[in-house]
Parts: sequence; C-alpha cells; structure tokens
Amino acid sequence: MFRNNYDNDSVTFSPQGRIFQVEYAQEAVKQGSVVVGIVSKTHAVLAAIKRNAEELSSYQKKIIPIDSHYGVALAGLASDARVLSNFMKQQSLASRLTYDRAIPLSEITLRIADRAQTNTQQYGKRPYGVGLLIAGVDAKGPHLFEFQPSGVTQEMVACGIGARSQMARTYLERNLDEFESCSREDLIKHALRALKESLSQDKELTVDNTSVGVGGIGENFTLFEGQDLAEWLETTFENREGQDEDEDAMETES
Amino acid sequence: MNHLPQAWGRPRDDVYGAYDHSHFQTAGPIQHTQSPIVTGTSVIAAKFKDGVVIAADNLASYGSLARFTDVKRLRKFNDQVVVGFGGDVSDMQYLDRLLNSLDVRENYSSSDTPMNAKNLHTYLAKVMYKRRSDFNPLWNHLLIAGLDADEKPFLASADLLGTTFTSPTLATGFGAHLAQPILRRSLPDESSVQNVTKEEAVELVKECMKVLFYRDARSMDKYSIAVISKGGVELREDEKLENQSWAFAERIRGYGTQTV
Repeated sequence: MFRNNYDNDSVTFSPQGRIFQVEYAQEAVKQGSVVVGIVSKTHAVLAAIKRNAEELSSYQKKIIPIDSHYGVALAGLASDARVLSNFMKQQSLASRLTYDRAIPLSEITLRIADRAQTNTQQYGKRPYGVGLLIAGVDAKGPHLFEFQPSGVTQEMVACGIGARSQMARTYLERNLDEFESCSREDLIKHALRALKESLSQDKELTVDNTSVGVGGIGENFTLFEGQDLAEWLETTFENREGQDEDEDAMETES
Repeated sequence: MNHLPQAWGRPRDDVYGAYDHSHFQTAGPIQHTQSPIVTGTSVIAAKFKDGVVIAADNLASYGSLARFTDVKRLRKFNDQVVVGFGGDVSDMQYLDRLLNSLDVRENYSSSDTPMNAKNLHTYLAKVMYKRRSDFNPLWNHLLIAGLDADEKPFLASADLLGTTFTSPTLATGFGAHLAQPILRRSLPDESSVQNVTKEEAVELVKECMKVLFYRDARSMDKYSIAVISKGGVELREDEKLENQSWAFAERIRGYGTQTV
C-alpha cells in the first residue's frame, strides 16, 4: 500500500516543501466545533458552539478567560488549549506583577506563537493540535488575534475557525464593513449569527450549547453562558427568522 | 617527567617543593556589599500640574573626598520617565545597564506602548526588593519621575530595602531632611499639585538645590535637572547654582577656625 515517508515527524520536509505533521495538526483544528471572534472600535467578542460527548455529559469548555482584559476561544484539542492557556495565564500574571501592566495582546500572542513554532522544529515534539482566537482590550484598544498550530498568528477584524467555519467566515466577510462602528449588542448579534451560519440544518443555538465572551474599553472580559444568553439568542434569531420568512415568501411569490 | 596527568605543566615538586594551593583560595566566605563606596548625595523631585521636576547634583564622593565632579545621576528612560539615583555609583551604573537591556527588550517586543513611570517604578522596586532578599542590596535610593498610564504626573521612590513610597514631593539622602520641608511648604498634599506651574516647580527645586549646597558637605554647585511633561523630557545636565548668598555663614559660630 502507498505509504507517505515524510509525515513521521514534524522536522522533515516533504520533497514538495510541506511539513505533514503541521498540516495534520491543522486538520485537528478543523475537527473542533466552530468559534468566531469580531472586534469593533470599542469591543471584542468571542462566540462558540460547545459540544457534549453524550446527552448525559457536560459540555466541553470553549472560551477561557485568561486575564481581566482578555480571553481565548479554542477549536481543536482542548487539552492542548489548556496547556497554552495556563502558560498565557502565568505570563499575564507575571506582567501584572513585575510591571503593573496588563500584557499587550500582540505580546502574549507572539509568546504562544514562539512556543508553537518551536514544536515544529524540534525532533520528538509534536505541534499543538489547537487553534485559538485571542480577543480583548489592551492599552491600544480592542484586538482579535488568530493563532494556528504552525505558529502563524494574524491580527483580524473578524475570524472563524473550526468545523464548517467557512460558512461563518462567509457571513463575516459579507458584513465586514459594519463591524467597526457596531455597538456592543450588535457585535454580539453578528457573532451569534455567524455561528448559526455554520451550524448543520438540524441544529439550533441554545443556552446550553452556546458560549459568548465579551471584552470592551472599560469593561473586563466576561464569559456568558446558560441563561445569561437567553435574551441575546431570542432577540438575535427572532428578527432573523422573521427575515427568512419574508424572503421565502417573496421567493414563492416571484 | 611525572607521568601523572594532573602534574603536567606544573612546577616539579622535587625541584620547587610542593605547590602551595592556598593561593587559589579566597580569604573567608563570599561577602556581599556592607556599605556603599563611591556615593551620590540627594535627589529631589516635585510634581506640578502637568508633570514632574527632578534634580540631582553631578558629584560622586569617595567618603568625604569630592572624587568625580561630572557624574550624571539622572537617567532618561524614555519620553515619559526619568530615574534619579542616590547612593552607590557603581550600583547606579549596574542599574543603568539593567535599564538599557530592559529598553532593548521593550523595543524588540511587538508592543508599541512605551513603559510609563508607574510600570518602571514597579519593576525597579521588585529588583531592589529581590536584591535585599538575597542579602545583597543595591545600595541606592531611587526616585522615579514621569507620567502614569493616564498621562498624570507620577513620582515615587524605591530604596535599597525595596521600600516604596509616593508623595507630591520626594527627596533622598540629606535632601530628605533639608529639602523635603521646603518642598512641602509649596506642595503639602496631592490637591495642591494643581496650583503649581512648571516655572514655580522648577524655581522651587532650584532653591532646594541651593540650600542643599549650602548645608550638605557632600554636595556640589553643578547639577542636572529634568522636567517631564506631556511634551516629553527636558533634561539639562550642566546647570550651575545661581544667586548664591553666603551671608548667613557669617553668623555661624561654634566650630571651624573662629575662636569666639
């Protein structure tokens, strides 16, 4: 049977110049449930779909508050995300302790990127199997960063990663121009709608399977789950469904 | 020749006698600084409504000897922070190198928000406290003057014990006794800072430098003065005390050469 000789470790290039182990790690991100992030001039929002292994189990945590000014959303191996988030918590605390300064988001992103890149260049190591969205506010205002297992990081206006996230990204691209001047509530609605887009037909956003994290200027990063989401879900999808019906009606007419 | 490798390259025992290994040993255990050697005297600083003024003379004394007369004891860290050093000059130079490496690190990192005075004070206080906890203190008293995150005037001190203190006016060393009461006449509390202009604060600090030169035997009439405000740092390192009047000295009796 055909065997690929170049995917046994993360330090060997294939003749085509690819590192398969890193690409496999990126596949692990695509297996994770979808998370989206958006920033406006004043706020940064993360939203995520939580999955439960079985009906009787609890849901896997998707958004982790790191410091009072920011948090991360994860897609992929949750245990790898825990290692990274513990590192981020430690680094953030160290910055507050030694300099009395909230660590800049670009700085913490760079630090995990360096760690992740090292894993792709040392024999016997494996890349992290997780992608992160890092969102919050620092001295330079609200930010959203995307982190990939390869060690690539990018600052984004809006982003979605995880299973079927292409649908969410398409929604975000369509509404890109609105985000900058959005209010806090509108930004959350956009995030929830983007999330809904990438959901399969038979699934719904509920207070149980949705998670929202909000940070803003003068507002600490807070995680919202359960009943705290009820009102947002209601207001967001009431109008939405109404619109759908209108559109359907028009289509049937014409 | 001796066939034992540990003897190769060594003087032959049968010719020169056994090697005296005591030359390799230091006398006694490792010692830490017990007292400062070359020292700088007072640093004084006062807030005003848009910033901070800080001053220190340019003298480094070796005991009572005025050993070096052009030592700059104010260090600009960036456009919003100046650090003033009192105490041991070699420890000041060590801290200067430390601040240089911190500055390089900051500039290489992706963050483009410069460190403010509060950040630097927290850091330096941690350094001082770490060293005193190692029983190896940096023999300095530092004043950190500048602007905080909200661009408000910031002034705080950190000493060799890691003690921190903040006040609208601060002075180290002899100045803590002589200059501080004079500074407090104009700036008794935080609210009075709003009533003091830059010109008044500079005048006040210069007056204190003069009083210190009159009465502190380890001081000098050449000094550095820095004003930190939103416009940046204005640092002059070759100022000379003006309008001195030694008339008061006539009335001093009880020591020196006079007999009555």
